[in-house]
Amino acid sequence: MTKIQLTVDGDTVSDDVEPRMLLVQYLREKLGKTGTVIGCDTSNCGACTVHLDGKSVKSCNVLAVQADGREVTTIEGLATNGELHPVQAAFHECHALQCGFCTPGMIMQSVDLLNDNPNPSEEEIRLGLEGNLCRCTGYHNIVKAVQTAAGGAS
Amino acid sequence: MIPAQFDYVAPTSVDEALAALAERGDDAKVIAGGQSLLPVLRMRLNAPEVVIDIGRIDALRGIRDDGDAIVIGATTTHAEVGASSLVYDNAALVTKAVEHLADAQIRHRGTFGGALAHADPAGDLGAPALALGAQFVIAGTGGTRTVGADEFFVDLFETAIGDGELLTEVRIPKHTGWGAHYEKFVRVAHQWPIVAVAATVKADGGTISEARVGLTNMGSTPLRATAVEQALVGQPATEDAVRQAAAAAAEGTNPPSDLNGDRDYRRHLATVLTRRAVLAAAGG
Repeated sequence: MTKIQLTVDGDTVSDDVEPRMLLVQYLREKLGKTGTVIGCDTSNCGACTVHLDGKSVKSCNVLAVQADGREVTTIEGLATNGELHPVQAAFHECHALQCGFCTPGMIMQSVDLLNDNPNPSEEEIRLGLEGNLCRCTGYHNIVKAVQTAAGGAS
Repeated sequence: MIPAQFDYVAPTSVDEALAALAERGDDAKVIAGGQSLLPVLRMRLNAPEVVIDIGRIDALRGIRDDGDAIVIGATTTHAEVGASSLVYDNAALVTKAVEHLADAQIRHRGTFGGALAHADPAGDLGAPALALGAQFVIAGTGGTRTVGADEFFVDLFETAIGDGELLTEVRIPKHTGWGAHYEKFVRVAHQWPIVAVAATVKADGGTISEARVGLTNMGSTPLRATAVEQALVGQPATEDAVRQAAAAAAEGTNPPSDLNGDRDYRRHLATVLTRRAVLAAAGG
């Protein structure tokens, strides 16, 4: 077991974990943060996307021990004081989901995309979300939601 | 799936990492960003007894100007390489290849040295490194040695990095002012290229004076299309002239056949993508 201490959604957490434990497992199984989901488990689909030190990563492809001393933000840490994050609000407004399974990852990657590029073109949005798959193929409204969030932020 | 159990060591210096490798080398795997290694461990295609995490060694990360070369630390992430103006100004081919490597999340974690040391022939960095004549600095307990790109890639997933050694940095000779383009052919977004071509050219007044062309996934290692490079010298950067030179792109290659395409298809693709890559590179 290896001792890790990190910040998750603003709270400091500390645990003994097996080195082989994936960050996504740690979030879900140790911390109960099941808002972050496991989709493909092969680092393709992006459903498990979280932010590690402010940058999006696929949490099924990071070891929990690699997050030691770092800061993690999950979908559950985006809203502040009960107010949805503007990207969450835009996904709601534009109905940017069908089954909803890809949504946590889509939102986390969209937030990262808008951090880097506050006014992306449609093509830049599609390229920026390249690592997130929606098996309902509901991309149209997802792109619209990111455009809406970008417009709202400007 | 989750990986089989392993011990975990996180050294904070190259010396500590080399000591760990010397002690446990036979049973060890080195992890940096882990974007290639973790899928392998999860699918249990490999089950090392110890994983040595070099991601906490600050000295291995960063990009610097070193006179006639730029030096990229082994654990510098793809995102950092892609955003570097030093890299873009002096080795634009690297920037172009990194831009569309995997996806944004993987570029945030995956490392420049890690991808090269992994030596997947379908990886996006081998062909640019080869085309630009990169030098690989490899540390061992006896000191460091430098290996040229033409000797670094040995075979499928195999490099010149020996037991107990660690890739610490990659030196890329400056190609300031050279045009560059990485033409990647994929069937599905963010996947490995079926074939890709890395081209960088020096063009004066519409005439190509020098050219370097690297091929991705056309053999068990990245390959140089030397016949194309030679044929391009002195040619105008026009569709016809470049098409003629690019016809030799598949010479000396040994591409795989798989579900994405057979050998002949890849050989054809190489000529088409080479023409597009060289024309785009010459066009600025």
